[in-house]
Amino acid sequence: MGTIQLRDVHKAFGATNIIPKLDLDIEDGEFVVFVGPSGCGKSTLLRLIAGLEDTTSGKIMIDGRDVTNESPARRKLAMVFQSYALYPHMTVAKNIAFPLKMAGESQSEIDKKVANAARILNLSNYLERRPGQLSGGQRQRVAIGRAIVRQPSAFLFDEPLSNLDAALRGTMRLEISELHQSLGKTMVYVTHDQVEAMTMADKIVVLNAGNIEQVGSPMDLYRNPRNLFVAGFIGSPTMNFVEGRAAEALGAKTIGVRPEHLRITVTNGAWRGVVGVAEHLGSDTFLHVHTDDHGTINVRAGGEIPVTHGDVVFLTPEPAKIHRFDANGKAL
Amino acid sequence: MARAVSTRTKVSYTIAAWVVALLIFFPILYTIITSLKTEGEAVAGFNLIPSFTLDSFRDVQNQQNYMKPFMNSVILSVGSTVLGLIVGIPAAWAMAFSPTKRTKDVLMWMLSTKMMPAAAVLVPIYLIFLRLGLMDTRVGMTVLLMLINLPIIVWMLYTYFREIPGEILEAARMDGASLWGEIWHVLTPMAVPGIASTLLLNIILAWNESFWTIRLTTTNAAPLTAFIASFSSPQGLFWAKLSAASVMAIAPILIMGWFSQKQLVRGLTFGAVK
Repeated sequence: MGTIQLRDVHKAFGATNIIPKLDLDIEDGEFVVFVGPSGCGKSTLLRLIAGLEDTTSGKIMIDGRDVTNESPARRKLAMVFQSYALYPHMTVAKNIAFPLKMAGESQSEIDKKVANAARILNLSNYLERRPGQLSGGQRQRVAIGRAIVRQPSAFLFDEPLSNLDAALRGTMRLEISELHQSLGKTMVYVTHDQVEAMTMADKIVVLNAGNIEQVGSPMDLYRNPRNLFVAGFIGSPTMNFVEGRAAEALGAKTIGVRPEHLRITVTNGAWRGVVGVAEHLGSDTFLHVHTDDHGTINVRAGGEIPVTHGDVVFLTPEPAKIHRFDANGKAL
Repeated sequence: MARAVSTRTKVSYTIAAWVVALLIFFPILYTIITSLKTEGEAVAGFNLIPSFTLDSFRDVQNQQNYMKPFMNSVILSVGSTVLGLIVGIPAAWAMAFSPTKRTKDVLMWMLSTKMMPAAAVLVPIYLIFLRLGLMDTRVGMTVLLMLINLPIIVWMLYTYFREIPGEILEAARMDGASLWGEIWHVLTPMAVPGIASTLLLNIILAWNESFWTIRLTTTNAAPLTAFIASFSSPQGLFWAKLSAASVMAIAPILIMGWFSQKQLVRGLTFGAVK
């Protein structure tokens, strides 16, 4: 089991409200990603679940048990930190064995579990090394190994890939997803990278200033953002927002069109503009078009489009893919 | 980029460094030279060439047993330092990892006690020792030396602990370590260099402490500082014997300091350069 429920959870540091009252349900076996900009309270929320921060008020339940006032160790959770937080004076084997040693397990049982975790994470050849002798990716695997051996109810990840380079981040992202498939355990993952959120999550929780803006599957959030914040945060490149006559014509204060939902022609279309920058990636072409009436619009076109800086182009949004928002920023 | 330094500058700096070093070391050197003189040579005036006699050392040993104050010095300095670490590690841990608004004030208050002239509290401490029956006892002196050096111990450990990332201790907490497990299995091994420097420095400070050891001990708990002092008053000015007693008192700590100088320098400059 690995269900987590938050009820009226509130966190304040002195007079500063970090997380206003909030409810959240995480189902057993789900991969939930908390995503939001820096300072939105996502890490604080994870630390509240872990027990590393005390709640100001509200209740946290794990597997139906109220753990609000329990110490981190008693919550049966394992956490992987951004900085790996490995014990530098211990070997890889001892790092992985540490939670088992604290739980008072026998040496033979510890050896067996450490060997198994090392096999799963391809660390068998590094067991006698110290963390300082490992690469970033290997260190992160050790941190994951230390989490696995505890057989926790749920895993908590606090921006675990942000210290890795782009290539390794992609590989580790896949490894964590595969680990989730094979272990079938609940995982709660914090990131500010919406690509990580979209690719890994069963459920995304979008946070802004401590408030939950929307909870849903990645495609749900992509297709039906509840408000301007979610619409702007989910999707890469970000959604284009247009106000004025074009929006009013559709009965909205603001309309949003994703860069991939704009048709581009050189003869005629809804919005005329001049190409500022054209980024040709082969698989895609990204255009930054300075339009006559709607400012700069980002366009993503599949394949190679033979346009370049200074060319005049016409953009037409796909009618079915236009998002409409009212004056309060809520989706219509 | 490294600056080019002329040979002339290098030579003048080297000479200046040697002069300063010799000036600082000269009192110790002259004490050693005097200890190797006869009493006659010692009172004759300034003379850097002794007759290399060990008579003064023999006299000192015959007059008073060296081993007893030596053992007292070892017990008091090591005992007070170990006791100080037992109290200081949890205190520094709390201040470094669970600071409150008043932590800095507490640290400053602790340090301010080191600025107080010892003579100002001589009478109260003397009376406390007298009432509690601690006069001339190793237990009393160990506790007193521990309390005198505790601010230094806590400050040094606090500085070290602040360098240890809090996430590692949080990881230990998530891994099921109790408070003591966290301190024992994670914090202490990671802070070994810092704890070692603190230990060495405090042994030296406790070994050299003379204000309280001379005033609150007579025979049973008297360390080497009281041993030296005992040669200065009743018998008049026997410079060679006094120097021999001083050399015998400082030799152990000088040797220890020599072998651990790398650790000590690291300890004293820790946090100064990042």
